[in-house]
Amino acid sequence: MSEPLWIAVCHRDDVIPDGGACVFYEGIQIAVFRIAARDEWYAVQNRCPHWNEQVLWRGMTGERDGEPKVACPMHKRTFSLRTGAAFAGDTPDLLTFPVRVVADGRVFVGVPSAEVVARERTAATHAPCGRAE
Amino acid sequence: MKQTVVVVGNGMVGQRFCALLRETRGCERFRIVVLGEEPRPAYDRVHLTEYFSGKSAADLEIAPRSWYRDQGIELRVGTPAIAVDRGRRVVAAGGGLEVRYDHLVLATGSAPFVPPLPGIDRRGVFVYRTIEDLDAIRDAAASRQSAAVIGGGLLGLEAAKALYDLGLSAHVVEAAPWLMPRQLDRDGAELLAAKIRALGVQVHTNKRTNEIIGTESGGMRFCFDGGESLDVDLIVVSAGIKPRQELAAGCGLELGPRGGIAVDATMRTSDPTIFAIGECASHDGTVYGLVAPGFEMADVAAAQIAGFDKSFRAGDLSTKLKLLGVEVASIGESTAPQTMEHTHVAVRDEVAGVYKKLIVRRETRTLIGAVLVGDTSDYANLLGLFRRAEPLPERPLSLIVDGTAVRGGEGAELTGDSLLCTCNNVTVDDVVTAVAGGAVTMPAIQACTKATTGCGGCGPQIKQVLERELQRAGVEVRKQICEHFALRRQELFDLVRVRGFHTYSEVLTQCGRGGGCEVCKPVVASILASIHAEPASEQPVIQDTNDRFLANIQRGGTYSVIPRIPGGEITAEKLIAIGEVARRYNLYVKITGGQRIDMLGARLDQLPDIWEDLVTAGFESGHAYAKAMRTVKSCVGSTWCRYGVLDSVGFAIRVEERYKGLRAPHKLKSAVSGCIRECAEARSKDFGIIATSEGWNLYVCGNGGSKPRHAVLLAAGIDDETCLRYIDRFLMFYIRTADPLTRTARWLEELDGGIDYLRAVIIDDVLGIGAQLDAEMQAAVDGYRCEWAEVVNDPEKRSRFRAFVNASESDPSIAFADERGQIRPSSGGGAISLPPVNGGPHEDAPVRFEEARHV
Repeated sequence: MSEPLWIAVCHRDDVIPDGGACVFYEGIQIAVFRIAARDEWYAVQNRCPHWNEQVLWRGMTGERDGEPKVACPMHKRTFSLRTGAAFAGDTPDLLTFPVRVVADGRVFVGVPSAEVVARERTAATHAPCGRAE
Repeated sequence: MKQTVVVVGNGMVGQRFCALLRETRGCERFRIVVLGEEPRPAYDRVHLTEYFSGKSAADLEIAPRSWYRDQGIELRVGTPAIAVDRGRRVVAAGGGLEVRYDHLVLATGSAPFVPPLPGIDRRGVFVYRTIEDLDAIRDAAASRQSAAVIGGGLLGLEAAKALYDLGLSAHVVEAAPWLMPRQLDRDGAELLAAKIRALGVQVHTNKRTNEIIGTESGGMRFCFDGGESLDVDLIVVSAGIKPRQELAAGCGLELGPRGGIAVDATMRTSDPTIFAIGECASHDGTVYGLVAPGFEMADVAAAQIAGFDKSFRAGDLSTKLKLLGVEVASIGESTAPQTMEHTHVAVRDEVAGVYKKLIVRRETRTLIGAVLVGDTSDYANLLGLFRRAEPLPERPLSLIVDGTAVRGGEGAELTGDSLLCTCNNVTVDDVVTAVAGGAVTMPAIQACTKATTGCGGCGPQIKQVLERELQRAGVEVRKQICEHFALRRQELFDLVRVRGFHTYSEVLTQCGRGGGCEVCKPVVASILASIHAEPASEQPVIQDTNDRFLANIQRGGTYSVIPRIPGGEITAEKLIAIGEVARRYNLYVKITGGQRIDMLGARLDQLPDIWEDLVTAGFESGHAYAKAMRTVKSCVGSTWCRYGVLDSVGFAIRVEERYKGLRAPHKLKSAVSGCIRECAEARSKDFGIIATSEGWNLYVCGNGGSKPRHAVLLAAGIDDETCLRYIDRFLMFYIRTADPLTRTARWLEELDGGIDYLRAVIIDDVLGIGAQLDAEMQAAVDGYRCEWAEVVNDPEKRSRFRAFVNASESDPSIAFADERGQIRPSSGGGAISLPPVNGGPHEDAPVRFEEARHV
């Protein structure tokens, strides 16, 4: 895969330790997470594929068997931050993006290609949905 | 731009497919059109005989018409599909209807197999498949005495049950030497026949019918090979099924070697846009005439269409059922004979009327088949052993004889992959997972696993597993909060209290391990808040999302705002202030059940501004987002009410001001009623106070919700101060000892000694902790701070409510529609729909033939 396009999104101090922040880029939303104890950074699509709501950055971070994860604040679907894989069987996986934090504290998110952005933008244009209950 | 899924056939499997695609697989991404040949929505064919034992057609319906409507499924009953034009992707149906499809699902089921006998087409010969068939049989039976079923298999015996229930003298005619030859061996079948005969149903096996002729008396006569005959008034053919494949054959789809529409493991036919499921499908040359594999096929097809990877595992035809009141089960190769390779282990108890046989592979001592007649309680256990191919105990007989070592006592435990619900393939593990996920009632387990919704026979076992799991949850599972804390909440609470921890990372490092998760973080947050009266804004990332943003997240990702209105008493000025805020930010307004005003539709980035206005107007956080003291409801009381005995409003305000914001294992609600008429519904609260002429009566541990429970009397005729002291101790004792997310009612149910013990702790102070509880509560009361006021006045905390870290705009994904003059989340039924690789999805309404030709 070719080198992604690196976008400066914020300063490291803008993201609360063990929390997330949301990045807006070309019409798509990317959730950036900072796992403080391991000093690791992750970025995934902000859209929870379960009900298509732009909420993941507000989810609680954690760990499952050592795998960093985030729990969606809506219905607690959990996803690996490393791979984007959903822990619950029937939920689609998340797009993941590489993150780099440089010496001066700036945080960069890597966008793999315009096509990925276009696809996520299209997916995000659909209104959030909820099943009839 | 929705894709259209056309489902041909609205039987049990077709309906299940719709439910799986819509409900289990989520969103509204597909338009679903269902064409059903029968005049009614899908009904429970497995329990068809119950139509004659009291159930109506409506009782047998799997889902009412309103379900299809609510799910947005276009159901057209009485509309048989006639032809499929694969080139144009169009299904033509009765009434000149044409529907274009993106995915076509054939769930056309089967038709009764009618053996080609001379005379089989006589009047008075019926088939047994639909409710209409049953109506015809019932009408004909009215004037008849006797009836025979052709077919002594599973379906034949079902039909015999129906005739028996109609009060006819019933006969079963089977060509094979014994009943149910595909499932049972001779010994098992003979026991079954004996039991059926005992009911008065005549069984004729080994009878080949040459011809059916009319008799002088207007009845019919079976002429059997060998000269014997049998006279009856009515005949029902129930000798097997043949797949309904004519639609598939008509459009050139590949068929299976022994009939049925050929499908691969993804349920796709030779045309990848067309799926076939249920009795019409032939997988690997096999047509499955049971509902369980049909349901699994429905699941696979729904998953595939929804874009998930799932494939059909060729199932065995193990089955457990009740035929004419006799329990019968067969597993695996149940009719395999004794050979060098296989041996039999059997018990035949003529007294109890029980027959059980295991077919065991000698070399590996594994189970390859089993027959159970008269008692199928070993079914799940044996099926598990069969499926896992596990070596049997030294004495396999112990598996089928009661009270022996293997099944006795604790050994009777089912293993994780033991199948409980064979109709829906639900294992013990599935139930355990469901219970762990919060499905702690039978209906919840049904909803989430579909267990018991087929034949229903597994009900008692599912209940057993549920109870076992709940018991475990009480004593073992909940002992451990999660993988990061091998402690019970109560133990962690004591550690935090005694060692004075203040932060989550301290607690995790000192008492836990790993990186924490969404289970333990809020538990620790709640404990820290209860002990130190710490506002949720201090350690935001360990709070549940509602606590983190101090508001309740709603559909679409917006939040609701509920200011505190103690006791439900509010001035006109404050009411106007709320109205102005709602108007200023265009919020949806609703009165809550707890005498509050809820404003919904606030974007995250609006929350600090909204609360700044509310705090300025004199409001405080209502903690509606927290597992904390929520509301104290009141009636107007003695001040205004002509019946009122004490000032319920005044006391409610005092109670609410005292406990407001108090964090607890679950939410807390209260109410104060001014007299015995109980208008404030205090007994449906965690603690409720009711005025009497003697003083206050204090009730505890009630709740409304899905499992309502009246609060029970803790103390009667007490004054204000005593009442508050008891509440102090009650709440603090609950906060200390309850497991996470346990309301007071359930906590009391699990408390050893129940209300008497609770009374002894609170009033008599038998534990000697009264003073400690009092002091802890006073500290919590004194430490109260309004969380929202702190956020509003702190720029750093306010900045946490930004929508984007790199942009100043608001979240553009949030949109509203208008409803009854207010906003509502705009749902649009839109799910994720990525652009397809080739071509676009269609959005077509059904069009009539004539119109279509002109287009």
